Amino acid sequence: MIEYAVQNRSTILEALVQHIWLSLLPVVFGAVLALPIGYLAVRYRWLYQPVVNTGGVLYSIPSLALFVVLPAILGTGVLSPLNVVVALTIYTMALLTRTVADALTSVQGEATRAAYALGYRPLRQLVGVELPMALPVMLAGLRVATVANISLVSVGALVGVGGLGALFTRGLQLDFIEPILIGIILSVLLAAVCDLGIVLVQRWLTPWARLEAR
Amino acid sequence: MTAVPMINYFAYLFDGANWQWAEQGSIPHLLLQHIAYTLVTVAISALIALPIGLLIGHTNRGAFLAINIGNAGRSLPTFGLLSLIVTLVGIGTLPVLIVLVVLAIPPILAATYAGIRSVDRSAVDAAIGMGMRPPQVVFRVEVPMALPLIISGLRSATLQVCATATVAAYVGLGGLGRLLIDGLSVNEYDRVFAGAVLVALLAILLDLLGAAVERAVVSPGVRSPRERRTRTTSKSRTRPVPTAGVSS
Repeated sequence: MIEYAVQNRSTILEALVQHIWLSLLPVVFGAVLALPIGYLAVRYRWLYQPVVNTGGVLYSIPSLALFVVLPAILGTGVLSPLNVVVALTIYTMALLTRTVADALTSVQGEATRAAYALGYRPLRQLVGVELPMALPVMLAGLRVATVANISLVSVGALVGVGGLGALFTRGLQLDFIEPILIGIILSVLLAAVCDLGIVLVQRWLTPWARLEAR
Repeated sequence: MTAVPMINYFAYLFDGANWQWAEQGSIPHLLLQHIAYTLVTVAISALIALPIGLLIGHTNRGAFLAINIGNAGRSLPTFGLLSLIVTLVGIGTLPVLIVLVVLAIPPILAATYAGIRSVDRSAVDAAIGMGMRPPQVVFRVEVPMALPLIISGLRSATLQVCATATVAAYVGLGGLGRLLIDGLSVNEYDRVFAGAVLVALLAILLDLLGAAVERAVVSPGVRSPRERRTRTTSKSRTRPVPTAGVSS
């Protein structure tokens, strides 16, 4: 296996790099979209159910189906990487809007009332009190979304853009186990590294959580 | 400038010839196959994962196992696992179905464990105080109260299997994935589109069915956290846990 990895290092590296941006770009896009939508679903309570239900429906669509339906909607080519990025952005957004809404709801209480009593305006209360307090739950959601994206990208290999998934199709075509094993190991490692990265960011951003735990 | 030919996306889907019931590979045939794969796989996974989850949750021994299996299951690339098994033992329905069973176990196990652990300790203590035996505590107190989470685990497992079964058409499995994979290989985009629409509708319907089952079997006294939260005006007691659903 190591021999195969060394011989094909440029192909493998290329697949890995593609895998990284195909999975992480949607995490960023999805999170950026989910924050305002989640906030609105808390600010205007009647929006909560429709937003959560829409998210649930979108999240239940199998990825391969979404990958191949998107070209018809977006007008992209069937083999365009854009389909994979948009599809994973939709999943991330669907998962995170609910998390953001639930996280922001769960922090309503003494701290937000205290901020209100201290004369915090809504925006300052949101940025200074609610978002930091909601961060642990939101980042937990981000971890789930990131890990799910990383494992999903390989399905894209069936429509020609799959990062490490290309190693799986190649292994199948050649009836050869090495590339498949390497692909699985790298994919799982990548997920573990990204997961750990988010945990470290969380520790850095929420120093008070460690004080409470003590 | 060359004119781009208009593709009629719905040609395959609305062609009566593809809806002959008896025909091998017809839409109804593939649809039923897909439903059968999904339900049988989830049922087998549930038979394995539910008792283990209940046991770990009730005794709280081996909690690390439930949590780690849940996390590991989420990070495994489903398509990679399918490729691996097919390369190892060859093309066949049985090995693929075994992979589907294996992939459906983690969400059910993790949700069952989490559900049992989330049950209010005082309710369990009260049950023990009333003289209930351990099986009674599990089946008359813990399971009814954990049911919303257990069902959500079953629902994510169902979606996971439904999606992975589609991908598995690439390694020879039947079901609606055939339309997608075969359509892609011969460049018949309307066939691909038909498969995608049908499998998406099936997944959505299965999930709605799960929601209906949840409404029917969960005791009205045990509201799901979501419903409870919208009703409480005081500071909410529990922090929401992001759903661990994985689609593939």
